[in-house]
Amino acid sequence: MSEPPQPPHRRRAHTRTRDLERYAGLFAERTGGMRSSAMRDLMAVTARPEVISLAGGLPDTSTFPPQSFAAQMTRIAQESAAAALQYGPTEGFEETKDCILQVMGAEGMLPDPDDVIVTTGGQQAIDLICKTLVDPGDVVICEAPTYPGAVPVFCSYQADVVQVECDADGMRIEELEAVLEKLAAEGRRPKFVYSVPSFQNPAGVTMSFERRRRLVELARLHEILVVEDNPYGLLRYGGEPLPPLYQLDGGDYVLYVGTFSKILSPGIRLGWAVAPPPVMEKIVLGKQASDLCTSTLTQYFVREYFAEGKWRQYIEDLVEIYRRRRDVMLESLREHFPAQATWTEPEGGLFVWATLPEYIDTGDLLAKALRDDVAFVPGQAAYVDDRGRNSMRLNFSGVNEDEIREGIRRIGNVIAEQVDLYGALTGDHTQPATDPHMAEAEGRSHGRNIDSSKPSAGPDRNLIPSGPAEGRADQAESPPDQGGHVLPFRKTGETSS
Amino acid sequence: MKVAVLKGGRSLERGVSLRSGARVEDALERLGHEALALDVGGELVARLIAERPDVAFVAMHGPGGEDGTAQELLEILGIPFTGPGVAACARCMDKVLAKHALREAGIPTPDWFAFNETAFRELGAADAFSEMEERLGFPLVVKPSRGGSALGVKFAAGWFEVPEALISAFSYDDRVLLERFAEGRELAVSVLGDEPLPVVEAIPADGDRYDFEARYEIGRTTFACPAELTDAEAAAVTEAALGAYRALGCAGFARVDLILGEDGPQVLEVNAIPGLTDTSLLPQAAEAAGMSFEQLVERILDLALKPANA
Repeated sequence: MSEPPQPPHRRRAHTRTRDLERYAGLFAERTGGMRSSAMRDLMAVTARPEVISLAGGLPDTSTFPPQSFAAQMTRIAQESAAAALQYGPTEGFEETKDCILQVMGAEGMLPDPDDVIVTTGGQQAIDLICKTLVDPGDVVICEAPTYPGAVPVFCSYQADVVQVECDADGMRIEELEAVLEKLAAEGRRPKFVYSVPSFQNPAGVTMSFERRRRLVELARLHEILVVEDNPYGLLRYGGEPLPPLYQLDGGDYVLYVGTFSKILSPGIRLGWAVAPPPVMEKIVLGKQASDLCTSTLTQYFVREYFAEGKWRQYIEDLVEIYRRRRDVMLESLREHFPAQATWTEPEGGLFVWATLPEYIDTGDLLAKALRDDVAFVPGQAAYVDDRGRNSMRLNFSGVNEDEIREGIRRIGNVIAEQVDLYGALTGDHTQPATDPHMAEAEGRSHGRNIDSSKPSAGPDRNLIPSGPAEGRADQAESPPDQGGHVLPFRKTGETSS
Repeated sequence: MKVAVLKGGRSLERGVSLRSGARVEDALERLGHEALALDVGGELVARLIAERPDVAFVAMHGPGGEDGTAQELLEILGIPFTGPGVAACARCMDKVLAKHALREAGIPTPDWFAFNETAFRELGAADAFSEMEERLGFPLVVKPSRGGSALGVKFAAGWFEVPEALISAFSYDDRVLLERFAEGRELAVSVLGDEPLPVVEAIPADGDRYDFEARYEIGRTTFACPAELTDAEAAAVTEAALGAYRALGCAGFARVDLILGEDGPQVLEVNAIPGLTDTSLLPQAAEAAGMSFEQLVERILDLALKPANA
């Protein structure tokens, strides 16, 4: 039997300038907030196979047993083919919600299943919440830095995004209070505060219990909503579990976003949102308009997977793998990053956030790193303004231990070269960093702020974010021998478990 | 005719190049040619030898494809190719070489100083900052010598911003230039064969600079083509552009970027392989001259195949 003839594969004709203008004239105003970036083009280069990419946010799906995958899909094909290939309810199947309740239950949360909607990934949950709550110009508050994937969602709904600084204990709640007061004085009520309280993307930090409690109090006091995005809560490698905001609040002011992406698979695109009934009603209508329902097929897959009863074991396996990778990354950072760099030490999740001297723009540094076949995410992606230019997000879940060591070594080398060049440019040779080992040893013992002797800096330029003199209250716990390296995110006394 | 389209490669402008290449392939197919798409990598030479194309359309941007490297290989293999030759590409890619050639030919270009990293690391070039300031003034522009699409280009308002800008520029190349900031309208003159196409003016939206995003994002920059210029201005701009094109030894096509200030035009750089994406300037200029994209591609091929009587 012969194949039917294939129509020739043909791309559309060339778009002329006047066509571009015609289309551009039709664009909605909100597209003005949708921006591509130089970074996106640089990221095209990171896809080369020889590049060690610490830029992704990928869980390691190669750890998922193929036999288990095959068995579940076979069972679906044999027992529920027609239903699994059919549309489903907009809210999602009750059976999927049962699985979601098990996952949330593992962190102590007990929502009413009617408050839950199954979404196409956690990303859609964020989108639907914005669709429900945000008018153009409305204030949305989030962390600084924040999840880079949330920024385009906020921007596409034309939100006025206000970012509140984080430190090692997560969002600085005193600063949030100040922001809320300032907004109140202007007669503006923010629609919600978006937070990733546990093992934050990108900073890797976790909000302390005290701040969690205070955030929930503030939400009640000011009658604003909190959107808790918790993709990594069960991926904890050390320290004691903390209650989610949702649990502390009981689900009145805290909306919750969850996902199967990091504990099972991002490819199945299954996430969820939890919200009180009046909000949920609108979210469901919004979802109906967006895509009618979440994939039935993958909901069946999750149902079968959970029925097998091994989902917690799989998470435990992942935790073992990721803990080792995190430890290797932290160890490599200590070995290969110059003394002027600082980084967070996450107790879970997928990311480490490293901060370099302010004269290094990590967007440009990425170009240099790519010549050495290594990539990371420049920090600016996590901000709506110009901040973050000297920071970077490093992922440790999607690459093996050898690649982490080699990747960090290469990045450390390019940073050391720039630090050394800065010394040559400004006459500041106090911290030679051509040899990262030396730099580390010397830097730690001298512990001085390299910027203090920089002759070129104007008085108003605060190039290095820290120094003992600044004495931030929440850094007081740091041991004194860390000197100039007491930087915002560093939890110095902490040991990796 | 079998046309190899060389695109992609390892340059940072890979994404732009892939878009340029894809459009060229479409046009070639509509023109009835056989387009052989080659994402440039380790097998380039082997593929070219095996496929024996009649001509190569080089749609690569940045080091590797726009600097004469690919052109040298094509010459060795005896395959005719589009755009300028090896020497012209090497000169255009390196802004420092290009500016020296322009100055020698009497073409106006903003004052500059160029350094490699060694000058700063080992020779203490930073001690000459104040002399540089006298000659260049502020703001000044810091650029990697070999780079494209405005990547790594920074403006320094005072000299306290220079070290940071240098560190960014040195991320792209081991040679950088400090250039006097030329204020004025941003113009581009594309030259096809030996003929200038209508002048394009890039007018960035909301006072943005014409940076990487502005270059490739639809709607971020408006273009006027032909630019609104007086006859005298148009003549001066065109003359400077043709002069630059010839001074650098270009053939086939190239795009000359200029600033039109109060003292007349100044040439910033010449792009040996200008972008051919939806938002690129050469296709817009050709369109303003009444040429479709297909006609433009056909003409570029003609120039590659019969350079003598083109």
